[in-house]
Amino acid sequence: MKLIIAIIKPFKLEEVKTALAEIGVEGMTVTEVKGFGRQKGHTEIYRGSEYTVDFLPKVKLEIGVADEVVAKAVAAIIKAAKTGKIGDGKVFVIPVDDVVRIRTDERGEAAL
Amino acid sequence: MQGGLLGGMGYAWRQLMTMHIPQRSVRHCLFACLAGLSCLTASAIAPAHPAPTTEQRLAALEAYVTNSDPGKSLTGVAGPGHNAWMMTSAALVLFMTLPGLALFYGGLVRRKNVLSVLAQCLGITGLVTVLWWAFGYSLVFGTSFGSAFLGGSEFFFLKDVTSAPNTNYAYWVSQNVFAMYQLMFAIITPALIVGAIAERMKFSAIIAFVVVWMFVVYFPLAHMVWGANGFMNGVWNADAVIPAIDFAGGTVVHMSSGWSALILCLILGPRLGFGKEKMAPHNMVLCMVGTGMLWVGWYGFNAGSAVAADGVAANAFMTTTLAAGVAAGVWGLMERIFRGHASILGFCSGAVAGLVVITPAAGFVDSTGAVIIGVIAAVVPYLACTKLKSFFGYDDALDTFGVHAVGGTLGALVTGLLATASVNANLAGEAATKSGLARLVTDGGLWLTQLKAIGFTLLLSITATVIIAYALKAIIGLRPTEEVERQGLDLNEHGEEGYAS
Repeated sequence: MKLIIAIIKPFKLEEVKTALAEIGVEGMTVTEVKGFGRQKGHTEIYRGSEYTVDFLPKVKLEIGVADEVVAKAVAAIIKAAKTGKIGDGKVFVIPVDDVVRIRTDERGEAAL
Repeated sequence: MQGGLLGGMGYAWRQLMTMHIPQRSVRHCLFACLAGLSCLTASAIAPAHPAPTTEQRLAALEAYVTNSDPGKSLTGVAGPGHNAWMMTSAALVLFMTLPGLALFYGGLVRRKNVLSVLAQCLGITGLVTVLWWAFGYSLVFGTSFGSAFLGGSEFFFLKDVTSAPNTNYAYWVSQNVFAMYQLMFAIITPALIVGAIAERMKFSAIIAFVVVWMFVVYFPLAHMVWGANGFMNGVWNADAVIPAIDFAGGTVVHMSSGWSALILCLILGPRLGFGKEKMAPHNMVLCMVGTGMLWVGWYGFNAGSAVAADGVAANAFMTTTLAAGVAAGVWGLMERIFRGHASILGFCSGAVAGLVVITPAAGFVDSTGAVIIGVIAAVVPYLACTKLKSFFGYDDALDTFGVHAVGGTLGALVTGLLATASVNANLAGEAATKSGLARLVTDGGLWLTQLKAIGFTLLLSITATVIIAYALKAIIGLRPTEEVERQGLDLNEHGEEGYAS
């Protein structure tokens, strides 16, 4: 089992969700986050005052998947979230020791 | 006698019901009513005075329409239309502060301080209302001291301020309405100062400052400019030493508050982290909503300053619209050209700047003058807010100085260049002729007199603010602790949060 963490552009969320649904991934946790990588921030000007905004709004997805789904899921995310411009985001894949479904006490892949 | 009145009214009613439209039947109605009225009033005052003739009564009604002296037959009577407009105007001017200015300023501060701005506007409203009732109105619009610098004591606690007009200021507007209308000006003026010292002054210090400032700066200055025997009241005081003009408060409201705000902001020092941390507005939507309210309310401020629903008010309504609209557009356009974006704050700033600059001129300039004012109202305050402020590096948080002091001063000056008696006969009236104002308007040179008024206003505002601010700093301190300022004034000074998290 793996945990996929994807940081993407906010307006790509719907497309990514649809792409994941198509390959059978039906659950995810979404968080609105801020951050920066290579993409520069922007400047805001209020009358005489200029402010540089370094942290840009992004969306973070966390998806737990079985090992055989990982490659397909990552590919789907990349395909849907790509614009080709700087700031498209990143995908991290992390190993997961165990998963528990709280309602039923199921463990492992059965809980995904 | 009663029969006469009822009969007259019945006749008038029948005439109306038959709907023979215009002139003759209307004139019949009027005469019938007048005949009825004359019988009624004659019975009340007959023994002491001879009954006014029909001509005198007609003249009194004409005086109502032309906003002039009704003579004896309607003395002490308020005119319904004029009163209606002045009550509306008073409400509009209050609307400028609550919630207009509160939202305009509130949106521009950081979210941790939004309530502090609202509290300052509300606190000032409550405070000034009490001061005005007790002393303020009398000190501004009384005359018993016989002084050109301060009014009198005859209206303390609004004694004798009734629904009868005070003919020193208006033939047809109830004095109680006039007093409430002028109260709204007294409220918004100190509230404007809040913009320069936002996010970093103790609530108690602000309230204490306003108490003293009203007595030392506002009440005397308002008397000098608008009081019947005021030092700088060129339009209505034949003995004015400086026969200057200020229609709705360029000197009294915007210059006094703007320059005092600059001084207070310099003495107070910049906000913690100024120039290093991001201090962007937390909600531009609130700011825009507030601006719209200010603009609407300003019709009461400017057109209401005619203190009548007359032609001068109508002209002021038009000039106010033109100046605000033009300035909003020009400010936005300048930003688009020099910065690449026309911003919401730019449009809002332009509208407010246009309104500020037209304020002293609204009832004295024509439509062309208003458009010229709109253009310079955008250009000069734009430079003040963007270049001047960054050059000197003072922390005028919400640009009270850049917009109100610079705009008010500019307005007072250009009023001297653009004022014309063709839109306001009072500029060539009896008092104005005696004070020398009428000659200045026709021959030119009024701007030099305006400069004197500007200089005097500056001197009073700056000197008084320096003294009051340093005295308060020594006695109670002006700033909250560093921890309070970092955490935000809302939670620490008012025990509330603007946005529950």
